[in-house]
Amino acid sequence: MKHELVNKPDFDVLVLSGDIDLHHSPTLRERILSSLKGGRPLLIDMQEVSYIDSSGIASLVEGFQTAKSSNLHFGLLSISSPTLQVLAITRLDKIFSLYETEDSFIEILEL
Amino acid sequence: MTQETAIEIRDLVVEYGNRRILNSIDLDIPLGQISVIMGGSGAGKSTLLRSMLGLKKPTSGAIRMLGTDICTASPGQLQEFRKQMGVAFQGGALFTSMTVGENIQLPLRQHTRLDENTIQIMTRIKLDMVNMLPHEHLMPSELSGGMTKRAALARAIIMDPKLLFFDEPSAGLDPITSAELDELIIKLKQSMNMTIVVVTHELESVFKIADRIAILGDGGLILAGTPEEIRASDDPRVVGLLNRTPRQVNVDVDQHLRRLSGLQEASDKK
Ligand SMILES: Nc1ncnc2c1ncn2[C@@H]1O[C@H](COP(=O)(O)OP(=O)(O)OP(=O)(O)O)[C@@H](O)[C@H]1O
Ligand SMILES: [Mg+2]
Repeated sequence: MKHELVNKPDFDVLVLSGDIDLHHSPTLRERILSSLKGGRPLLIDMQEVSYIDSSGIASLVEGFQTAKSSNLHFGLLSISSPTLQVLAITRLDKIFSLYETEDSFIEILEL
Repeated sequence: MTQETAIEIRDLVVEYGNRRILNSIDLDIPLGQISVIMGGSGAGKSTLLRSMLGLKKPTSGAIRMLGTDICTASPGQLQEFRKQMGVAFQGGALFTSMTVGENIQLPLRQHTRLDENTIQIMTRIKLDMVNMLPHEHLMPSELSGGMTKRAALARAIIMDPKLLFFDEPSAGLDPITSAELDELIIKLKQSMNMTIVVVTHELESVFKIADRIAILGDGGLILAGTPEEIRASDDPRVVGLLNRTPRQVNVDVDQHLRRLSGLQEASDKK
């Protein structure tokens, strides 16, 4: 897994790529939580993620919960269809806010 | 069509003591598909599973798993392989002194150093998959048969295994629960790309979930193929299994009665 945090004017984007499994999810968790500590909305760019296991998904769930309790928007961008299937099997596709473009996330922030 | 093979079984012989249970089995388990193993009680289905898991050492032959022969693998290699395998045993095999949730987390605690929150969320994700989320805090003794099987499945998939082995998932379950388990098994294949080996007697299940079917009997492999090939077989043992005709055994009434009653006549004792 590779990761890069990009600071936009009103939010952060965490760009992920590669496989996210047991070895990487602690890093993912730490990145998400530390970014949220900054008090800014977070968009996770999943476009280049080839595989995410349930430890990675658990980190996303914890991030989402943390963001919610701080009243911050937390979105997932460009989820691939295999990942979507993994989310769907536990109905998490209905829980997360999924975005196809960064602009649609910005629109939500401006509401 | 060429397919990649997850498990390659070659000329496998398995014995208990000097009783030969499996004789010269050749079988390929294709990657990313659901293979179903069928056969009468005592045919050696569980024994074949145990051999594939490296729990029962074969007398001879080879079992290559993702390219490595597990029969000659070192204990260390076997340990690494097991992390990629999930197993739900016939009887559930949950630890009675732990809650359902604790049972399911056990592999994560043994094999990973994940954060406690991550472990808790993963546990609930898997419990939700098998519709057991409300029962996380129950003890195994408080579970019904179907709940025990679903808990065992949740534990088997907690590490997102590449290979999932499932012994008799639906035996003794009501039709709705067993249909839900079938759905779940299919979803695990589709969404997580798992290679799944299921032992089952339930014909309805078999033809719903199987990509490949292997039928054991008479100490060996009777037939392996696609569901269509199995259905088209005219081997009487296969036809019998699919039509559930009881085995025809010639019964000598007098002799059978004597055997059951334990009374022997002088003429038998010679
Ligand atoms: N640990 C053991 N020690 C000795 N014999 C065994 C052992 N386990 C199984 N067997 C014998 O091996 C044969 C095959 O058993 P196995 O459990 O593999 O059958 P099965 O096909 O799984 O049957 P079932 O459908 O009843 O679960 C049986 O005759 C059984 O008695
Ligand atoms: Mg068995």
